[in-house]
Amino acid sequence: MADIAKSASGGGGEHDGESRRDFLFLAAGAMGAVGAAAVVWPLIDSLNPAADVLALASTEVDLSPVEVGQAITVTWRGKPVFIRHRTEQEIEQARSVPLDELVDPATDESRVIEAPWLVMVGICTHLGCVPLGQKPSEPKGDFGGWFCPCHGSHYDTSGRIRKGPAPLNLVVPEYAFDDETTITIG
Amino acid sequence: MRKPVLTLAFAAALSLGGAGLAKAAEGVAVPDKDWAFEGIFGTFDTASLQRGLQVYKNVCASCHGLRFVAFRNLADLGYNEDEIAAIAADFMVEDGPNDEGEMFTREAVASDHWPSPFPNEQAARVANGGAYPPDLSLIVEARANGADYLYHLLIGYTEPPADMEVPPGQYYNEYFPGHLISMPPPLVEGIVEYADGTEATTEQMAEDVTHFLTWAAEPQLVARKQMGIKVILFLLVLTGLLYAVKRKVWSDVGH
Amino acid sequence: MAFQTNNPVIRWIEYRMPIFSFVDHSVGSGYPTPKNLNYFWNFGSLAGIALVIMIVTGILLAMQYTPHVDYAFASVERIMRDVNYGWLIRYIHMNGASFFFIVVYIHIFRGLYYGSYKAPRELLWMLGLVILLLMMATAFMGYVLPWGQMSFWGATVITNLFSAIPLVGESIVTWLWGGFSVDNPTLNRFFALHYLLPFVIFGVVVLHIWALHRFGSNNPLGIDVKGPQDTIPFHPYYTVKDYFGFGVFFIIFAAVIFFAPNYMGHPDNYIEANALQTPPHIVPEWYFLPFYAMLRAVTFDIWFIDAKLGGVIAMFGSILILFLLPWLDSSPVRSSKFRPIYKQLFWVLVADCILLGYVGSQPPEAPWVLIGQLATLYYFAHFLVLLPLLGKLERPKPLPVSISEPVLKGSGPVGASATAKPMEKA
Repeated sequence: MADIAKSASGGGGEHDGESRRDFLFLAAGAMGAVGAAAVVWPLIDSLNPAADVLALASTEVDLSPVEVGQAITVTWRGKPVFIRHRTEQEIEQARSVPLDELVDPATDESRVIEAPWLVMVGICTHLGCVPLGQKPSEPKGDFGGWFCPCHGSHYDTSGRIRKGPAPLNLVVPEYAFDDETTITIG
Repeated sequence: MRKPVLTLAFAAALSLGGAGLAKAAEGVAVPDKDWAFEGIFGTFDTASLQRGLQVYKNVCASCHGLRFVAFRNLADLGYNEDEIAAIAADFMVEDGPNDEGEMFTREAVASDHWPSPFPNEQAARVANGGAYPPDLSLIVEARANGADYLYHLLIGYTEPPADMEVPPGQYYNEYFPGHLISMPPPLVEGIVEYADGTEATTEQMAEDVTHFLTWAAEPQLVARKQMGIKVILFLLVLTGLLYAVKRKVWSDVGH
Repeated sequence: MAFQTNNPVIRWIEYRMPIFSFVDHSVGSGYPTPKNLNYFWNFGSLAGIALVIMIVTGILLAMQYTPHVDYAFASVERIMRDVNYGWLIRYIHMNGASFFFIVVYIHIFRGLYYGSYKAPRELLWMLGLVILLLMMATAFMGYVLPWGQMSFWGATVITNLFSAIPLVGESIVTWLWGGFSVDNPTLNRFFALHYLLPFVIFGVVVLHIWALHRFGSNNPLGIDVKGPQDTIPFHPYYTVKDYFGFGVFFIIFAAVIFFAPNYMGHPDNYIEANALQTPPHIVPEWYFLPFYAMLRAVTFDIWFIDAKLGGVIAMFGSILILFLLPWLDSSPVRSSKFRPIYKQLFWVLVADCILLGYVGSQPPEAPWVLIGQLATLYYFAHFLVLLPLLGKLERPKPLPVSISEPVLKGSGPVGASATAKPMEKA
């Protein structure tokens, strides 16, 4: 009885078929493992964004009603997008900062297409809250841009992180000007 | 032990067959037609799909929706992004509300689903003399032998038998259950001018649009079959190995 | 053979919670199993793997599905078209139900053929029947979720069965629906229960296996294990045999999933539910057809029981009667191998069930109504009349002394050890 179990489980013994047996066990085990992995992938991938989510419509925004100094928030892929029509002063403020003072160095020019229009995803790069600063009544932080109330991150008038725990600047989404007063985000 | 194995397999096969037979019992028997997408190596014929889309757009779409198909899905038919955008732009969809709180219509884009020709079932019925043109996205799966049925239905408008009275607003169709259908013969010779120069006979149009609607009902058909071949080949080898392992392990058990 | 290991981590855990020896005694080398089991004994583990497949794919589908009458149908189509591999997962789940039933039905008929329900395994058998009932409830509610025409009308017809209960029937149906027809509340509760019941099944499966391990597997000879010479360790012998069985099962399963995924379904379920129009010919899924035939077989009143209630009683009775089977079958011999007449009757019963399935798929017209009635009558007669009589009338063939007896005639390593003194299994 014990002998059977021992030889059957692949240990010891001096049969001719020994190496053939080992090979068989190994091959079947390896194929089984590959098969199991191949089955697991579709199951995991099913939880990734589906085709309809990936294809979500781009958002078209009419900028003409937004006066200088005003800001609007639009929704794109379920997220808020901040669009601020910046004043000359705000642009100047953003462009005069030396890059070595920045946490995440980027020129203001690299963050806009047309200087007056700053378009950014309005989600704090720390832990995903929506920063304040869009409405006149809201605090704009120490640098005249945005202030995230969750953990106290301050963004400047170019949406760059200047103070607080957030590691990166507010993200600029892919967008393009269709004409002078219309942009398409995404 | 051979006998019970066979008999049970037979029993299982029979009871499965029962389900298949139950389907065939409904409606009129439809002749079999060969399709490129049939069989384990079946694939869609892109040229036919494109012609079928043309027939659908020019003829069917005026009454029938295709709500589960998005314009982006037309990439399967071999169209690129610009071509898809152009096709979508031919259709208007409702969007909104805008900043004034009003709904508005705009040209469709790739991510939009195919707009239905009528806002709701009631409107569709009023416009069609009380009949409701069904959405066609799943029509091929929603009928027994869907592709064969649809093709023959489309070419099945024949003279009614002498003893049959066809009421106004109804048409005789050889393959429609009950033979009286409210849809007028849709595919009149030459109603579509094919972009690729194929002659638009009724049979050709019926074949192409059936091809297209088969794709619309199950766009993943080709991916499914191609994956199936790989999976089964893999399993055959693995099972063969497992059988060898089983025999090895059992070789010291007397039977 | 006690569980042993030199691995210190395993020993540390084992000392505090003897889970490794538990597994070893359940499906490992510490579980002695009759050495003569044939491939029909693979179907228990196959049912287990089918349950696992259904639970895994079901949980993933539940993450994409919307249980609302306005969105359910479209959410299933979204799974089919937009979700990555959604079509694969849904086809596995949809056909998995059918394969689960195929496997379980073969498992049950194996039990009938080899007398596995007899003492001392009556409770094991009854727990299996509980699993079957739970499976039927789960499958029925799952079929409603895509919210196609067959979903809706299947749900309507089956829930209406309860209206046959005297006095309170109508109230019960309204309660089941949460309204005055099958509607959104019904869909929501069916979804909740469809998610819950598989875990209940899992629990009963644990009990089923627990009961199995009390006396071990029956075997094709139907005689008790007389000693170690009659058994081999479950691992590796039956584990590897089960793996091979899984391989064969997966090949057939894959062939259907990839090449005929809708063969066992009904085209009407690709039409969204419409409360104003019943499909011309409604049929349940194939695995319910025999029961459906019995439901429709009672077309007449029996004393104070009207036809509607009679049909419901026949349908549920066909399974409930199986709970009594260990006592209805009074023959002391288990395996059909040694019961020449029972063996014939077993195959007649199989044919009867297939016939009932076919009748269930046909419209309720002549001659199917009469055939269905006769087949139903025979089904009950088999259990209520033939089996009790057979226990008295049948003359069984002589039983072998032990499982290893045929081996004694030959030679080989096991033959030698089989000469060891037989001893009763604890």
